[in-house]
Amino acid sequence: MAEPLLIIENLHKKFGPIEVIKGVSMTVAKGEVACIIGPSGSGKSTLIRCVNALVPFEAGSVKVLGIEVNDPKLDKLQLRKHVGMVFQQYNLFPHRTALQNVMMAPVQVLKRDRAEVEAEAYALLKKVRLQGKEHSYPGELSGGQQQRVAIARSLAMKPDLMLFDEVTAALDPETVGEVLITIRQLAEEGMTCVLVTHEMGFAQEVANEVYFTDRGVIIEHAPPAQFFANPTDERTKSFLSKVL
Amino acid sequence: MSKPFAVLLPLPEILHHHSAPARFRLSLRHGAALLGLLLLVSVAANAADAPAQAGVFTVLARWTPLLLSGFALNILISVMSMSVGTILGAFLGLALISPNRVLSAPAWGVTQFFRNAPWLVLLFFMIFLLPYHMQIGPFTFTAPDWVKAVIGLALPVMANVAEIVRGGVQSIPNGQWEASESLGFTRRQQLWQIILPQALRRMIPPWMNLYAILTTSTTLASIVGVNDVVTLAAQVLSAEGSRPDLLAPIYGYVLVMFFIYIYPIAWATRRLETKYQVRN
Repeated sequence: MAEPLLIIENLHKKFGPIEVIKGVSMTVAKGEVACIIGPSGSGKSTLIRCVNALVPFEAGSVKVLGIEVNDPKLDKLQLRKHVGMVFQQYNLFPHRTALQNVMMAPVQVLKRDRAEVEAEAYALLKKVRLQGKEHSYPGELSGGQQQRVAIARSLAMKPDLMLFDEVTAALDPETVGEVLITIRQLAEEGMTCVLVTHEMGFAQEVANEVYFTDRGVIIEHAPPAQFFANPTDERTKSFLSKVL
Repeated sequence: MSKPFAVLLPLPEILHHHSAPARFRLSLRHGAALLGLLLLVSVAANAADAPAQAGVFTVLARWTPLLLSGFALNILISVMSMSVGTILGAFLGLALISPNRVLSAPAWGVTQFFRNAPWLVLLFFMIFLLPYHMQIGPFTFTAPDWVKAVIGLALPVMANVAEIVRGGVQSIPNGQWEASESLGFTRRQQLWQIILPQALRRMIPPWMNLYAILTTSTTLASIVGVNDVVTLAAQVLSAEGSRPDLLAPIYGYVLVMFFIYIYPIAWATRRLETKYQVRN
């Protein structure tokens, strides 16, 4: 196994009195694809929000490339240069074109040269197969196209780790495929990915490790072949029987 | 126009004519009703006039330049209070949405105070509290009553603009904050690059609405002695010997002036509201 890129140890997260994550630990190696599955409300989305410090957590440790997230003196910008995130609702900036969406963060956050970033942005949009849509506004694009712009926007920051939060859940069934192709392409290029997903088939296909969470804990994890063929825990079995 | 004779309907019928939304909307029909009413009372008054007296229309025509100059002062007051109130309100609104309690808590207090104070009371305060000569450093300002009225009206405008800014910013989905934060934008960049450009277009209709309300409220200045159109209308009446038959035509004339000025604003506001509603 390659060196670990993301190490989560005994993570605890409360919303008010309700503990939504109760001691989660996981390790993701460089180039690995980890899929997190589980019923709604099991804390999957919160877990990956903790990884890029969108959500503060009370106890435990999250380390990305050695950067401790649970540190009051955390340099958030440093962390976010390494971690990209794609959301269920795309969250593109509706007042900017696809190209501008991709360019904004490198130009304004990293203060990079505009011409250079623009060339990269064109290349990224081409990579997610959106040539010709560079100057379209998000409102003019389909859900699947918007989500691919969102992926390109994250990639423009050249992250080492990509987080995907149920990125196909809001899409029409016929556009799910085009987004999954893009993610698979990324995985094949060696991008380290953590996906929260309900796409079991996709998890089976691209994941190196599948994690099943329920009520704030990881019930079990295994490589997909083993996970889907021989789940050990009763809760996993019952969940899989419902979704497969 | 669905009902051509709306003018003839009793007033409540006219007000509730747009049945679907309970909100009152200014429409051309109201203008037509107003004009019709003005004509009706003027013609009636004209017919009742003794032959020796000047006719209603002659009187209206004679005083139109004076009344218009008064109306111009109303517009000037409204434009100036709106400008001052908008600039102050923008800062106040930004303070309201600040995550820093030291900024947001006092801003909340100021906003609530001026939003819930009656405009007329604020006007009285400014007229009687502000001195005629104001000394700021080496400069001495002379503040006539209408300037004090501008300040008095700018205060509630400020508080309302602050609320419009806050509401506009809060209407932007949380995902926009999350996405920009995850891309490494600082809070300042998030606000100016992502949130405010989107919120601004949502703020414009309520802001224009506020301006329309402010314009009608400038007539409050007549109570504190500013020579606005309502004050002048009263002076015209007494100059004409306080003839009771002139009361309705002259004030009706003032009403029509306001309608002609405000109606296009209300119309444009409604257009923008629909436009921005459709586009997310």
